[in-house]
Amino acid sequence: MDANVRELSYAQAIQEAMAIAMETDERVFLMGEDIGVYGGAFQVTGDLVHRFGEDRVMDTPISELGGAGVAVGAAVTGMRPIFEFQFSDFATLAMEQIVNQAAKMRYMLGGNVSVPLVMRFPAGSGTGAAAQHSQSLEAWLAHVPGLKVLQPSTPHDAKGMLLAAVADPDPVMIFEHKLLYKMKGPVPEGYYTVPIGKSETRRHGRDLTIVANSIMVHKSLDAAAQLAEEGIDVEVIDLRSLRPMDIPAIIDSVKKTSRLLCVYEGVKTLGIGAEISAAIVESEAFDYLDAPVMRLGGAESPLPYNPELEKAAVPQVPDIVAAARKLVRKEA
Amino acid sequence: MAQSTTDTTAASARAANLPDIYRRLSTDDLREALRKMHLIRRFEESAEESYMRGLIHGTMHLSIGQEASAVGICAPLTDADYITSTHRGHGHCIGKGAEVKKMLAEFFGKEDGYCRGRGGSMHIADVSKGNLGANGIVGGGIPIAVGAALSIKKQGKNSVVVSFFGDGANNEGAFHEALNMASVWKLPVIFVCENNGYGMSTSTKRSTAVPNIADRASAYAMPGVIVDGNNFGAVAAASFEACDRARRGEGPTLIESKTYRIRGHSRSDRNRYRTKEEIEAWQARDPIGIFEKELTEMGLITPEEISKVRAEVETEIAEGLEFAKASPAPSPDDVTRYVYTD
Repeated sequence: MDANVRELSYAQAIQEAMAIAMETDERVFLMGEDIGVYGGAFQVTGDLVHRFGEDRVMDTPISELGGAGVAVGAAVTGMRPIFEFQFSDFATLAMEQIVNQAAKMRYMLGGNVSVPLVMRFPAGSGTGAAAQHSQSLEAWLAHVPGLKVLQPSTPHDAKGMLLAAVADPDPVMIFEHKLLYKMKGPVPEGYYTVPIGKSETRRHGRDLTIVANSIMVHKSLDAAAQLAEEGIDVEVIDLRSLRPMDIPAIIDSVKKTSRLLCVYEGVKTLGIGAEISAAIVESEAFDYLDAPVMRLGGAESPLPYNPELEKAAVPQVPDIVAAARKLVRKEA
Repeated sequence: MAQSTTDTTAASARAANLPDIYRRLSTDDLREALRKMHLIRRFEESAEESYMRGLIHGTMHLSIGQEASAVGICAPLTDADYITSTHRGHGHCIGKGAEVKKMLAEFFGKEDGYCRGRGGSMHIADVSKGNLGANGIVGGGIPIAVGAALSIKKQGKNSVVVSFFGDGANNEGAFHEALNMASVWKLPVIFVCENNGYGMSTSTKRSTAVPNIADRASAYAMPGVIVDGNNFGAVAAASFEACDRARRGEGPTLIESKTYRIRGHSRSDRNRYRTKEEIEAWQARDPIGIFEKELTEMGLITPEEISKVRAEVETEIAEGLEFAKASPAPSPDDVTRYVYTD
């Protein structure tokens, strides 16, 4: 490991990115519920209020719609707000400002404004918080032109993508899986960015392409390790960016492996996998396919409370292993 | 509109014991206000006519009858101040200093329009004058105005933000959340509810629990002021006071400007929810007529000068229409242009 690379948790990496952004650009400030002395519901802002003060680490009232609108208004008038939703589920209260205002303002005004706004969404299941605190709604926002939607899966990317988002002139929505916050990984010191719109191939293989997002990248890598023992050589692409989506990288991979499995936690129907599948079927990679394209996604239900039900509602490593076997060996 | 206190005519008005507002505005300012009110009226009528003739598609929401409210509120504002506006936003746009030719070009869907033909009537905006835009979502602009006021405070500027909205918006959650935050953070924002009596067809009596929308200010610990929205002087006076307070760092004000839209809600309105008598009673309180009478009685304008203002406005509208017709349409190849910053 390089001297300037440390092991940090995903949450620490995000916090470091926000600190660097505020140190280097006085326009940057944080807004959100309980992000000050409380440190954020998931301790992502942590002690930043003590370093930067309450004016730059602003606790808002519990007013998601109004707070999101304030962030939009600040962004179009010269500031660079980073807005934290306490849970991504609460963004449903702010959809008006995100979808009708932030995403469309530049277009509606004929390019006369930009909306340099970053919003952070703690998302996903696995915490026993049940149906209103566990959703993966990233596909909702990825459906809206005008937004950029990111899902970093590692501490390295969480920091670099947040810094890229702050530097971006348009509204960038970052979905952070809550189970990743404590995950540790190598993070370089100082300023760097991870480009928006580029996937990352986490494992190279010949037999099957798995495209996964967020925490599903890690589950897919675990599955790939098991499958390697059986002689199935899996390529795992970390999607990282839903809008824009790195379709060319997936096409290249499928042309090599001839098989595609999409793995995502959001509800399967009308989800990210449908978009990836369609893009591949529409592309020159279609002629290379040796098996049907397959999706593993979240159950067609709200997220349940019971831990066994909760696990059953999202793809798990054995599900990915079974799907891969089916595609590669045509097992039933 | 520029302010001046050194004007001799204003001094004579002061001597005549006239309302305070005439001490804050010079004769030129007052005549400019009258010109803008005429410009809004003729703009709305011309837009309506162009719509009837099939030159403008979509829909539009006309503010005929609300001219004093738009121009009076904008009287203390400079280009360094912001506004957010509503679906009924043509008057606000002109009040904040927009050029009618670029507004008309926008309505015609042309490249020379303020939004390059991408926004139309409901998103009309002149950002160069601090107008952050009309809005198709009732109450959508109110939190954005609070955000602009937060920027002003963070940037240490002396500007203010005016958020226009209608009586319908005061029942949206965004209104309540925004007023609360503006008050908690003591931001330089003026909330202006143009109460024209109806949210589309539903009267304020049938939709709103308080008799006056200004009453809601007390819930957010800010002054709530009711003004006659058809009286330019009354509106301007309230706006000056609220802007002064905001610039002093004392926080927001809610102004309820009671007025009336003479036309229907939009082009689809069949006027089934109000009477002809009610409309005629408000037409008798025409804000332009009231203002002209006041200025004439004060000796600040002559009938000949009023005729000249009307003629100038007529020319400006006619030239604007020609400009709009002649402007090129956007290319279909550019449909995704301006979604993201290049």
